[in-house]
Amino acid sequence: MIIFKRQTTEKTMQWLFFTIAAASIVILIMIMIFLFIEGIPIFKKISIINFIFGKYWYPTSSPPDFGILPLITASIVVTFLSSLIAVPLGVMTAIYLSEIASTTMREIVKPVVEMLAALPSVVIGFFGMVVFAPFLQETFDIATGLNMFNASIMLAFMAIPTICSISEDAISSVPKTLKEASLSLGATHFETITRVVLPAALSGITTGVILGMARVIGETMVVLMVAGGAALMPSSIFDPVRPMPASIAAEMAEAPFRGDHYFALFATGIVLFIFTFAFNMIADYISNKYKQSGERV
Amino acid sequence: MEKTLKLSSQNLNFYYGTVQALHDISLDFYSNHVTALIGPSGCGKSTFLRCINRMNDLIPETKVDGKIIFDGQDIYAHSLDVVLLRKRIGMVFQKPNPFPKSIFENVAYGLKVNGIRDKRLISETVEESLIKSALWDEVKDRLYESALSLSGGQQQRLCIARALAVSPEILLMDEPASALDPIATQKIEDLILQLKELYTIIIVTHNMQQAARVSDFTAFFYMGKLIEMDDTETLFTRPKLKQTEDYITGRFG
Ligand SMILES: Nc1ncnc2c1ncn2[C@@H]1O[C@H](COP(=O)(O)OP(=O)(O)OP(=O)(O)O)[C@@H](O)[C@H]1O
Ligand SMILES: [Mg+2]
Repeated sequence: MIIFKRQTTEKTMQWLFFTIAAASIVILIMIMIFLFIEGIPIFKKISIINFIFGKYWYPTSSPPDFGILPLITASIVVTFLSSLIAVPLGVMTAIYLSEIASTTMREIVKPVVEMLAALPSVVIGFFGMVVFAPFLQETFDIATGLNMFNASIMLAFMAIPTICSISEDAISSVPKTLKEASLSLGATHFETITRVVLPAALSGITTGVILGMARVIGETMVVLMVAGGAALMPSSIFDPVRPMPASIAAEMAEAPFRGDHYFALFATGIVLFIFTFAFNMIADYISNKYKQSGERV
Repeated sequence: MEKTLKLSSQNLNFYYGTVQALHDISLDFYSNHVTALIGPSGCGKSTFLRCINRMNDLIPETKVDGKIIFDGQDIYAHSLDVVLLRKRIGMVFQKPNPFPKSIFENVAYGLKVNGIRDKRLISETVEESLIKSALWDEVKDRLYESALSLSGGQQQRLCIARALAVSPEILLMDEPASALDPIATQKIEDLILQLKELYTIIIVTHNMQQAARVSDFTAFFYMGKLIEMDDTETLFTRPKLKQTEDYITGRFG
């Protein structure tokens, strides 16, 4: 009797969890299907190649131009530049926190990094607009401080906490016995960090980096506020740009429902989705590849 | 054999926070001799061993007083280079702790961090060390596989090979054979006897026969204190203290 009862509860729990998991997956798939249904019709007007590699984005002129290369370029370059800043800073902060800092320092620095993560993106955008943009404009004597460089720096602020906290977890979870083994062989603290601790934490660090980058490429508010908004191919890092999320957010309200512009914006969403999806796949691949395995010489 | 003093612990006290784990340990170790440390679990053998290569420095809130003199120099002196000290005093830990790298890389690691770049010298030393630690035959065809794919006993022998590769002057071994089968244990014991021609060896063991077989001197620890130290034969046949006798005859408790 008791055994029978326990089995029923087990079964019920299994079903409950399965249903919840299934529901979220179904919803996600439905969102994806919706994205594709609303985006694909634009390809009746323009080929995929011309859409992706077209250099002109004039969706409201007649005849309109639906080339999103400037938007893709803006997204990629902004993500790349901000990772150039965020990856070293985030990873080095993580190393400092988990391997070098004294307990007191750690208790001061860690909450500061976490606070950075809690900053709403609109606040970071506001800071970029009101403080950093005028500073850039004066220092470099340029037409506008709202540009690719400004956006990259502000986005780096958003990526650093993600990169730092995931990396720090990865580094701290490297067993102490490995560090002892390294030191006992006459390695310095620095050699131990670079040759044992970091390789052992590499999968976690990479995951942190990619998730940080995924956050940057999908971030909308900051780029909407500080990237400058020009849908043109940039020729310098001080040019204003319009990354994909900014373009979608700025234009969706004015695009006629189920018109070509509307379809083109959804198609841009598909491209953005493919990018973030790829980031996650890469993160997954790398973290499996380096998972606690031997490396070749 | 001529006895030259290699290492000498003088009135060593060690504290984990406020808990004193070692009390006034004075103990001498001689070149080309094997000294066994025996005693019940928790009596401070590992703690003492880890004082000798300053591995306890890594544990926060610990304190040492007293001296450990190594070749005439106090290893706790401020001017001492700990990195160099650890290169000269190798250690095999109680639990196997191979790096998550290939078998080859594990053994080559110590050479590389000590500035050896010559590829041929490295692979020769790796092979030599693996032969000495009785692991070569089992791994010679899979040197580039992960060390984590080895069994526990194989991992421990890999850790021994790794320590040997940097040719330390003193080798600290914390129960190196506790995870090994009788055959591998035999090989390790042979190795110890062979190594003492070149090195000074300090070994922790729970196995009385092993202590009797491999060591020249034996020190008996109990509750953080050194109870008795003598040459192995005397200690096992005519211990001076009742406590020692009870422990070695298994009438302890
Ligand atoms: N990191 C630590 N922090 C606090 N106390 C510790 C620590 N390591 C060991 N101790 C304590 O110090 C005492 C001696 O421990 P130690 O590991 O040296 O014993 P041992 O003789 O090596 O025992 P075993 O034979 O089981 O390995 C024990 O009471 C233990 O609880
Ligand atoms: Mg121990």
